Amino acid sequence: MTLIRHELRQGRISFIIWTASIGFLLAVCVFLFPEMKGQMEDMGDMFSSMGSFSDAFGMDRLNFGTLMGFYAIECGNVLGLGGAFFASLCAAGILSKEEKDRTAEFLLTHPVNRARIVTGKLAAAYVQIAVMNLIIYGISVASIAAIGEDVPWKELNLLHLAYFLLQAELAGICFGISAFARRGGVSIGLGIAAGMYFLNLVANIAREAEFLKYITPFGYAEGADIVTEGHLDGKLAAIGLAFGAVGIAAAYGKYCRKDIR
Amino acid sequence: MDAIKIENLTKYYGKARGIREINLTVAKGEFFGFIGPNGAGKSTTIRTLLGLISPTSGRASVFGLDIVKDKQEILARTGYLPSEAVFYAGMRVREVLKLSANLREKDCGEEAGRLCEQLQLDTARKVEELSFGNRKKVGIVCALQHEPALLVLDEPTSGLDPLMQKAFFDILRERNRAGATVFLSSHILSEIQHNCTRAAIIREGEIIACDSVETLSKTTARRVSVRGTVALEGLAGIRDREDSPGGVNFLYSGDMNLLLQRLAAGSVSDLSVSEPDLEEIFMHYYRKQVQLPKKEAEYDTDKT
Repeated sequence: MTLIRHELRQGRISFIIWTASIGFLLAVCVFLFPEMKGQMEDMGDMFSSMGSFSDAFGMDRLNFGTLMGFYAIECGNVLGLGGAFFASLCAAGILSKEEKDRTAEFLLTHPVNRARIVTGKLAAAYVQIAVMNLIIYGISVASIAAIGEDVPWKELNLLHLAYFLLQAELAGICFGISAFARRGGVSIGLGIAAGMYFLNLVANIAREAEFLKYITPFGYAEGADIVTEGHLDGKLAAIGLAFGAVGIAAAYGKYCRKDIR
Repeated sequence: MDAIKIENLTKYYGKARGIREINLTVAKGEFFGFIGPNGAGKSTTIRTLLGLISPTSGRASVFGLDIVKDKQEILARTGYLPSEAVFYAGMRVREVLKLSANLREKDCGEEAGRLCEQLQLDTARKVEELSFGNRKKVGIVCALQHEPALLVLDEPTSGLDPLMQKAFFDILRERNRAGATVFLSSHILSEIQHNCTRAAIIREGEIIACDSVETLSKTTARRVSVRGTVALEGLAGIRDREDSPGGVNFLYSGDMNLLLQRLAAGSVSDLSVSEPDLEEIFMHYYRKQVQLPKKEAEYDTDKT
């Protein structure tokens, strides 16, 4: 617990900034909905017929004029991308920062075995991600209630679950990278999050690139698919979580044997 | 039981040499010095002992515990002060000390308070606001507050003012008298000479001498200073010769009778013959032009 508490304390500023930013943007999007609702009835057809652009963001399958259609596209991008960046940032730096900031000598000369250190840091990363998601979920429900709309519980829960799984997968992958990197782990993590997002856009546009959905976690967190089909693609989610698990296993394997410089 | 036993310990960083075939034994309760300049392998040896890096070959034990298999138990009984103490930004000194104690699952509050008082350390300050010397003090308290049986200190006095250095060595001597083993790595030879009972000299990753400080300081060589003129040409055993307008100064390890004959034949107004100090011995081991192989270097040391 000492290490988890220490990590949560170390990461609290970043956690507050990211949670406040994503929560604020999400609430702003929701509060914009009543204003846009009327206009969207006229523009819905236009948004859904912009060719590849509509395909890329799933607007061809969603109605911008409904709360869930609007939420899945607008708020989905805010939470999807913002959450992915936070999860990657949080996990990619958590092991490598000890060597980068030269605190590894302090931490690793205490009688705590390396596996316990890895577990403590992993737990701290996931606690931050989980708490951020709960807060965002709360803000989301409160915002929808505040604009007088009925909360579409099923779709909302599925969307938020998908984004949490996406973040959990990216965190696992980035945690693995963090064990190998001495410097630059955070940049690689952010690059991976952004790269995965764009892979999904490509997969949405080109039929030949649909296989990319098996690689990017944004594939199973695609708001258009979740809202229209009413469920998560379990196969894609399982593959994604397996990627995350491989990252975590690699982190244990590497960090427990790593020469600390 | 030996506090530290190192057998043929080797560490390579890829192809780069760290340490090669190191053999060393430190007895329990000993105040041991480890001498060598930067890059000689002192820190690599220490980091291998503490499990921060794994050895390429060879083995070592601390209190009979294997450094690879029993790392955690070794660290529980060891206090380590790195050459440059770095802590987590944003934390106050007291939080760092508490974190260190918590990681050891020990309540060290009382001892930490005593040490902070002795070292005049303000625990309310943030670590990033501290000078290098004050950060060193935080490192010292972290290394000592759990009252370890072995203290491993890497360049411990860098950044400390003379008064603090004295206070620090007083604490170390007190701990040593209470039974703690001290392994002191330093390139400040006076520290080793004044505090350690035995010492090892490391050069380019290899131990080139290991003996009691007294024995290391006593070589057959003598520092000879002559005021006047004397013909030394052809005399074997002269090193480190420095000629000045009024005389000559050199280290002499040859036949003393031959030297006296040359001095008698010259015109000498003043003469001093003294034992070289540890610093000179150290320089002797490190002089590029007289790089003696390990066995020869040991032979050159007077074992009486």
